[in-house]
Amino acid sequence: MNALTALANPVDAAYLVTGICFIIGLRYLSHPRTARLGNRISALGMLIALVATLTQGIVAWWIVGAGIVVGAVIGIYSARAVKMTAMPQMVALFNGAGGGAAALVATGEFLRLLIESPTRPPTLPADQSITIVLSAIIGSLSFAGSIIAFLKLQELMTGRPVTYRGQQIVNAIVAVAVVGSAIAVVLNQNVETEFFIAFGGSLLLGVLFVLPIGGADMPVVISLLNAFTGLAAALTGFVLSNNVLIISGALVGASGTLLTLMMGKAMNRSITNVLFGAFGAVKAAGDEAAANGASSGNVRAASVDDVAMMLAYAKEVIIVPGYGMAVAQAQHSVRELADQLEKHGVTVKYAIHPVAGRMPGHMNVLLAEANVPYPALFDMEDINPQFARADVALIIGANDVTNPAARNVPSSPIYGMPILDVDKAQNVVVLKRSMNTGFAGIDNPLYEDPKTVMLFGDAKKSVDELAGAVKGL
Amino acid sequence: MSEHLLTELTVFILAVFVGLEVISKVPTTLHTPLMSATNAIHGIVLVGAILVAGTATQTLGPVVGVLLVILASLNVFGGYTVTERMLQMFKPRATPGDAKK
Repeated sequence: MNALTALANPVDAAYLVTGICFIIGLRYLSHPRTARLGNRISALGMLIALVATLTQGIVAWWIVGAGIVVGAVIGIYSARAVKMTAMPQMVALFNGAGGGAAALVATGEFLRLLIESPTRPPTLPADQSITIVLSAIIGSLSFAGSIIAFLKLQELMTGRPVTYRGQQIVNAIVAVAVVGSAIAVVLNQNVETEFFIAFGGSLLLGVLFVLPIGGADMPVVISLLNAFTGLAAALTGFVLSNNVLIISGALVGASGTLLTLMMGKAMNRSITNVLFGAFGAVKAAGDEAAANGASSGNVRAASVDDVAMMLAYAKEVIIVPGYGMAVAQAQHSVRELADQLEKHGVTVKYAIHPVAGRMPGHMNVLLAEANVPYPALFDMEDINPQFARADVALIIGANDVTNPAARNVPSSPIYGMPILDVDKAQNVVVLKRSMNTGFAGIDNPLYEDPKTVMLFGDAKKSVDELAGAVKGL
Repeated sequence: MSEHLLTELTVFILAVFVGLEVISKVPTTLHTPLMSATNAIHGIVLVGAILVAGTATQTLGPVVGVLLVILASLNVFGGYTVTERMLQMFKPRATPGDAKK
């Protein structure tokens, strides 16, 4: 099909409109004011593509109908019912569904080409088999990886890195088997068996590759899996000669890749280090924590009333939320505390580290849910110069992203990671469950800083008590 | 490489550049909705799912076919609903007890 006939065909014209809708929809995401309209334009594009596709000689109506109805009911219900704090795992799950679908589309086309192949044993032309095998591999990798990410985020399995002796070797063997079978398919060697070895192998590889990645690295993994599913969708476009799939998949692939790189940069780690570095990093961190374990005697614990007084008489307070706020579901309480402080004439700002939480922008969404206006949220580069002017930095459930060791302890596993300069504030208040070290057991010297006080306890409970105490002042 | 594949690669690469250009303008505040929105967009694989599972040449069998369409629809409908839910929370100013605008 050349470009002219493509335009002349109404279905392809509809697909073109869909592609444009998606691009405009993403363009409108550049501002919170227009973002909702963008999402609707994108959804309209999707609807156009679906209607156009349904005119394409569908015979198995019950398969299509039952699938869409069941998928839509489950999808819409769970998307409405899910708590905002559970958003990362929800996104991971939908991402996995897309990846699995892409892999199955490729499989369906593969089986059809086998049947239609004029030769026995069946053979496939290389440009078709390459895209089919790639989309099956990447789709199933994304499916399995997303399921593991979901299980970790939902805490149905441990969020800590799962490591064992010889892990890298096992992963390498599986990866080689997948690549080898894929090449065999392209070279038309025993295609059917090799195809399913590649398919199953990449499912296994998806599991193995997410297992050793810890909770704090999830923003990188989720972005990467998003890119994978995008790429898999684009590849099914090559398989089916369908431009709308190619365009949409490419958009998502580009977006996921960009976010992955941004997250890596925010942690000053290469993506390879995040994906394959868990074993060494955790071991080193554990040793260091053990070595420093005895040195945490100098922390000052404060009472709720002390902290309430400090906050209420401040001019400017910067709140630093972290994953602990999400776990305790404290975002509404934080908003309540900020309201009380503002009644006392305190300026309240929020400092958001790019990798705070479990997905890019996680804290922003939670605070938005609690009705915190988005102009009060500041990125790391914008807020860091302001800490020196702030009277209090109030840290709620954040740890590594405030750790000054990243700046000045070259032996620290997080050395070189850009952090929020909370230690530049006049006073630092840390809300923390206990003195247990955070993810990966890295000691935080901030807690021993003379201007730091600790308020121990559940984040939500502490913030509620603070709000009550400030109100009473 | 066939001319056909070359045309498709051209489309793909140009779309990647458009994607990078558009996405780089999205502020960090909206990164979670962005992720969710692009997540919904790759639900376009539902088009492929319908073609593979619903046309006369379908080879997956009815059970896998339905499963395939369910997975893709889950992605589309769940993805757009979640994104919409997130985006309606972003407000420029505090509007306590008043959901207008």
